[in-house]
Amino acid sequence: MKSDIELIDANGKRLDGRTNDQLRDVKIEAGVLHRADGSCYLEWGGNKVVVAVYGPREAVPRHTQDPLRAIVNARYNMAAFSVDDRKRPGPDRRSREISKVISEALEKVVLIDLYPRAAIDVNIEVLDAEAGTRCAGLTAAGVALADAGIPMKDIPVGCAAGKIGAETKDGKVSGGHVVLDLGKEEDNFGDADLPIAISPRTNEILLLQMDGHLTVEEFNKAMDLAMKGCHDVSKLQRDALINKYASDVEEVE
Amino acid sequence: MTISPTIKKNYLQKLAEQNKRSDGRKFSDYRPVSIEPGVISKAEGSARVKIGNTQVVAGIKMVMGEPYPDTPDAGVMTTAAELIPLASPDFEAGPPRGNAIELARVVDRGIRESNVIELEKLCLEPGEKIWVVFIDIHIIDYDGNLFDAASLAALAALYGARMPIERLEEEDRKAYIKKLDDFGIKPVEETVKNKAGEEEKVMSYYIPMREPPISCTSVKFNDVVVVDPSLDEEEIAEARLTVATDSNGSIRAMQKGLNGSFTLEEIKKIIKDSIVTGDALRKQLNESAGR
Amino acid sequence: MTKSTREIVIPSQYLGETSEFKAGSGTLIDHGKIYAKILGVLNKHPPYVNVVPLKGRYDPVEGDTIIGFVEQAMASSWLADINAPYPALLHVSEVPWKVEFGETEKYLNTGDAIMAKILSVDVEKKLNITLKDRNLYKIQGGHIITVGPSKVPRIIGKKGSMINLLKKYTRCRIFVGKNGRIWIDGEDLQVSNTVQAIRLIERESISYGLTDKVEQLLKSLS
Repeated sequence: MKSDIELIDANGKRLDGRTNDQLRDVKIEAGVLHRADGSCYLEWGGNKVVVAVYGPREAVPRHTQDPLRAIVNARYNMAAFSVDDRKRPGPDRRSREISKVISEALEKVVLIDLYPRAAIDVNIEVLDAEAGTRCAGLTAAGVALADAGIPMKDIPVGCAAGKIGAETKDGKVSGGHVVLDLGKEEDNFGDADLPIAISPRTNEILLLQMDGHLTVEEFNKAMDLAMKGCHDVSKLQRDALINKYASDVEEVE
Repeated sequence: MTISPTIKKNYLQKLAEQNKRSDGRKFSDYRPVSIEPGVISKAEGSARVKIGNTQVVAGIKMVMGEPYPDTPDAGVMTTAAELIPLASPDFEAGPPRGNAIELARVVDRGIRESNVIELEKLCLEPGEKIWVVFIDIHIIDYDGNLFDAASLAALAALYGARMPIERLEEEDRKAYIKKLDDFGIKPVEETVKNKAGEEEKVMSYYIPMREPPISCTSVKFNDVVVVDPSLDEEEIAEARLTVATDSNGSIRAMQKGLNGSFTLEEIKKIIKDSIVTGDALRKQLNESAGR
Repeated sequence: MTKSTREIVIPSQYLGETSEFKAGSGTLIDHGKIYAKILGVLNKHPPYVNVVPLKGRYDPVEGDTIIGFVEQAMASSWLADINAPYPALLHVSEVPWKVEFGETEKYLNTGDAIMAKILSVDVEKKLNITLKDRNLYKIQGGHIITVGPSKVPRIIGKKGSMINLLKKYTRCRIFVGKNGRIWIDGEDLQVSNTVQAIRLIERESISYGLTDKVEQLLKSLS
C-alpha cells in the first residue's frame, strides 16, 4: 500500500537525510562471543545482528554428510522482539528461504573441499530489525567465518539497492529514484528492492534477489550502487578483524 | 554433546575440597554482573545482562489483546525463552525443549506469582481490551547460570518498558491515560530522536511494577555447594537450586533441578546466600534502571 | 631504532606473485597471484610466504602426539574427541592391552583422557590414533586445559624455551599436545599458576616481549 510519505524530496534528500548513494552507519566487531568458534556483532542503521560460527565439525545426522565436502548451514533467525509487531519464535518460511540463499552464498567462498563430511554451522540472529537484515546477516557471517579461522577464498559481503518515489498510473510505473541501502519506510513503501552479496576480490555475485519494478537501465544503476556499497562495507569487515587481533605492540629493536 | 573429561571433574572436586573454585572465586562469590537496559530499539523494553561470560538479551513487546475469561480486568503476561544454537555448540535448533521451557516457566513464575507487573493497571476495557506483555529471552552466550541471567534481563527489560500508547486509537488512548491518572501513574516527559534524527518531546508511560524478587542459583557437586555456577561447574553439578528472595528477606520462589539431592542444611545455607546475593543484585538492578 | 609489528592478514588479502614467492600454508593461488586464505599472521621470508593461523580447530597430521577425550566405547574400538573437526578412532589392535571383544569399557571409558598419536588421516579425513608406544598412555591425575592449536608453538617456545620457563617456576609436569590440549600436574597452587601463565601466552601470543611478561607473572605468583 502506498502512503503519502514523500520518501525523497526535490533536493534528493531521503527521509533520514541521506543522499541516493549514501549508506546507513555500519559498525562491525569481531570475536564477541565466548563459546563460538568465530563470531561477529554488527550494527547497520537500526539493524543489530549477532552471528556465531561453530565448526568445521562432523555433520550430524550422518545421512546429511557429503563425503567430498563440508556443508555450510546458515540459520537466519529473527528474535521475537526484533520487529514492531512481535514475531512468534521459530523459523517461518521467510527465515527458511533467507537461510537457504545465505548458505548457498557462503558455500561459494568457503573452501568446503578441505572438510569432507563436515558441517559449518552459521547462526545468524537478528536482535533489532530495520530493513536489509539479510545483507547485514550475511556480512556479519563473513566476518564470523574468518574469525573462526575457516579457510575462505574471500570474505563475502552484502548490500542492497532499490527504487523509491515512482508513480504508478494505469498500471504503468514511471519515474522514481534508484537509491542505495533502503531504510525501513523505503523498504515498505518503495518500488523495488535488490539485495545482493558479492565476493569483493573478484566481484562475483553470490546472492541476488529482486522484487518490485526496475527497467534494465535502473537495474544497472542499482547494481552499481549496491556493488559500491558492498566494497565500502568490505573495508569495515577487514578493519573489524584486524582491530580485534592486532596487538598494539611495537618493539623497539 | 561436548564431553566433560573425568580429569577435569576430578580436578574441580580436588579444588573444592580445599574451598577453591577453578576461577579463584569463593563458594559464595558471584561473577561480575553487567546490566544494560534499552539495547533493542524495536522492543518496548529491553536489556542485556552479562554474568561473567554468560550473555542474555531480553525484549518486551506489548500489544492490545483480550483478557483471560476468569480475569476480565487484568492484563496478561507471557514468557518465552530460546536456547538458540548461537550460544553453545550443544544447543540445537528447533522448538524449545525441556531446558528452555523450564527456564521460561521459572522466570515467568518469579514475575507472575509475586505480581511484579501490576496487571490490574493494564486494563483498557474490562472483558474486552487489555495489554498483553510478551517477555522474550534470548540466550546469546552460555557460560553457566542461565536462570539468574535470564531473570535479571527480564526484570531490567520490564523496568525500562515504555507502553506503546501511541499505537492506540485516539479514543482508547485518551480513556487509558485517564485510567492511568486515576491509578496515580504519572507520565515521564522525555526527549527522543525521531526518524529524521530530530529531537522531539514525548510523554512516556512505563509499565507499572512492584518490587521484584531477585533469583540466585546455586549448584552442588560432591557435597560442595557453590553460588553462580560457571559452565564447568554446571557440567559436573548433581543438583541445582534457584531461590528468589525479596527486599524483606522473604522467600518468593524456589526451583530445584537435576537428578541429585540436597540436605535440609544445604538448602538453609543456600537461602542465606541467596538473600545476600539478592540484595546486591537488586541494588545493581535499581541503579541500572535509574530508580 | 626500528619498529616492527607482526602483520595480520585476512582471507583474500593479496600477498605477492607466484613468480617471486613460493606459496606456503595458509595461502591460495589464483591466476598467478598469491592470497591469504585464513585469518592469521603473515610470514614473508623471500622466497617463502605463508600465513600462520590465529584461530581454528586442530588439523590432524600423521605422527602428531595429542591428548584426546574418549567419547564412546564400542565393541572393538573407541571414539575420541581430539579437538579436530572429526572424532578419532582407536582400534583395539592399537592399544598396549589385550582387549576381548565387547570388553572395551574395562580399559577406556567415556570421559577418560589419553595421550595418543595420530596414526593415519585418509582422504575423507577419517582419523585413526594409536596408544601403542612407550610414551603413550591413559592419563591419570593432573588437570587438562584446551588452548587454540595455533598457540601451541608459542607455548612451547623456540627450542622449548617457554615451556621450560613455566616448568622452572612452577615445578609442574607439563605436556602440550599438538591439538592444543595441555596436561599439567603438580602442587595445586602451582597448577593454577601454570594455567594463568598459559592463558596469558594465549591472549598475547603474537606480542613481542611475551617471554619477559610471562616471567614477570610467574615471579609475582611464586
